[in-house]
Amino acid sequence: MSLAVADGEFVAIVGPSGCGKTTLLNIIAGLLTYDDGSVSIDGAAIRGPGVNRAVVFQHPSLLPWRTIAGNVRYGMELQKRFDDAAMRERTDGFITLVGLAGFERHYPSELSGGMQQRVNLARALASDPAVLLMDEPFAALDAQTREHMQLELLKIWSQARKTVIFITHQINEAIYLADRVAVMSPRPGRIKGVFAVPFDRPRPLALKRDPRFLEIEDAIWRTVEEQPDRLGIGGTS
Amino acid sequence: MIATDDPDLLPPPRRSLYQRYEALILGGSAVILALLVWEALWEAGRISPLFFTGPSQVVERFGAEWTEGRLKQDMLYSGRNFVVGVGLAISSGVVLGVVIGWYRRLAMIVEPFLTALYSTPRVALIPLVLIWFGIGMWSKVFIVFINAFFPVLINTIGGVRAIDRDLLRAARSFCASDSQIFTTVVVPGSVPFILTGVRQAVSLGLIGVVVGEMFGGSEGIGYMVNYGGQTFQTDTVFLGVVIIAFAGIVLTWLAERLERHFSRWRPER
Repeated sequence: MSLAVADGEFVAIVGPSGCGKTTLLNIIAGLLTYDDGSVSIDGAAIRGPGVNRAVVFQHPSLLPWRTIAGNVRYGMELQKRFDDAAMRERTDGFITLVGLAGFERHYPSELSGGMQQRVNLARALASDPAVLLMDEPFAALDAQTREHMQLELLKIWSQARKTVIFITHQINEAIYLADRVAVMSPRPGRIKGVFAVPFDRPRPLALKRDPRFLEIEDAIWRTVEEQPDRLGIGGTS
Repeated sequence: MIATDDPDLLPPPRRSLYQRYEALILGGSAVILALLVWEALWEAGRISPLFFTGPSQVVERFGAEWTEGRLKQDMLYSGRNFVVGVGLAISSGVVLGVVIGWYRRLAMIVEPFLTALYSTPRVALIPLVLIWFGIGMWSKVFIVFINAFFPVLINTIGGVRAIDRDLLRAARSFCASDSQIFTTVVVPGSVPFILTGVRQAVSLGLIGVVVGEMFGGSEGIGYMVNYGGQTFQTDTVFLGVVIIAFAGIVLTWLAERLERHFSRWRPER
């Protein structure tokens, strides 16, 4: 498989569960090693985690004994790229950006799942990565929160302007968010097709019911489904 | 959900003073009543001073021992042995527990020895301790130590193993070094478990103090109880038991407070 992502681009990778999307993301994050092929950022091959990448995990993965501010700070603290004043300023800034101002002193267990994911996102953004890796970050949220978070993510992205690789199994989420959608197929994991999404930004949620949107969704569905070794999406894997 | 149906959003129901302190009031009254009945029986001469004693007699004994006797030295001696033994147990238990909990292979190697030692009643080792350390202070400290060490060790190991893998992965994704992972994830995550171990260590250490002083030596509250028993001073025995019980209540309460303080971030259990 081969996929090139441009600077500042928002690319979504869709595919049925078990097709290796998360594995791919973990390889890009440097959390998994790979046997062959090459993965590189700005020409430098990936050998382990790096400060040019940050991951927004599927589970919030927040330190439960740290407050929200402490969690947002955490990535910066580990990487030691900012002095204390800068860390404090960035912590406040990104908490505000994800809409959690006023919750700085709360503990994660006092927040809803959607709010915890915002913290997860703020922590990743605060560490100032070049590439943001998002691993089905909204999968565990209810449908309404999820739509709201998609809208928020686009708003935040339009301000933070990072390169984003976004993993999801929801096709309409991928189209709504991304500049390009790559379809991945299982066994062997490979890219079956890449679809450009032509819509202007900002994108309203109503876009999801636009005929052109549905057309792309249909095309992606067909690509996903024409996999010879599967009887359709949602099977066990 | 409609907001008014949410029990969290309703104002807390008004509760009377009695309702709020029901457990304290009922429990406290029961204790006072029991003491009064006991004292009445003692005053009425229904209790033989050879086999039993009365509350007022214990208080009297306390006054006498405190001003004229060597109660203060005994309490100091026991207290110091307790603090040194439990302190050593906590510090070594936490360090070894973190290391054993983290390195799986090391755990496999030391586990049989730990299980064997842990399953042995520690009292059975006392003759050995006396051979090694004599009957002075250090044998007492060591008995406290072996009593208090295992709960700290076992709980710390459990705490390190219970660390959420997702948190380790998140730390690694931000380029955390091994030592950063230790200090920011492994140790703070284990603190509630460690404190559970500390609470158990405090009560087991207290047993260690008393038992240790009953085997040889001539100082401490345990010795006082033992000596009182051998010389049929029933009131001295009672006084010693009351002091030990009181120390146990206070220390356990303190340890529980500490445990709760450091577990604030945990969701309601």
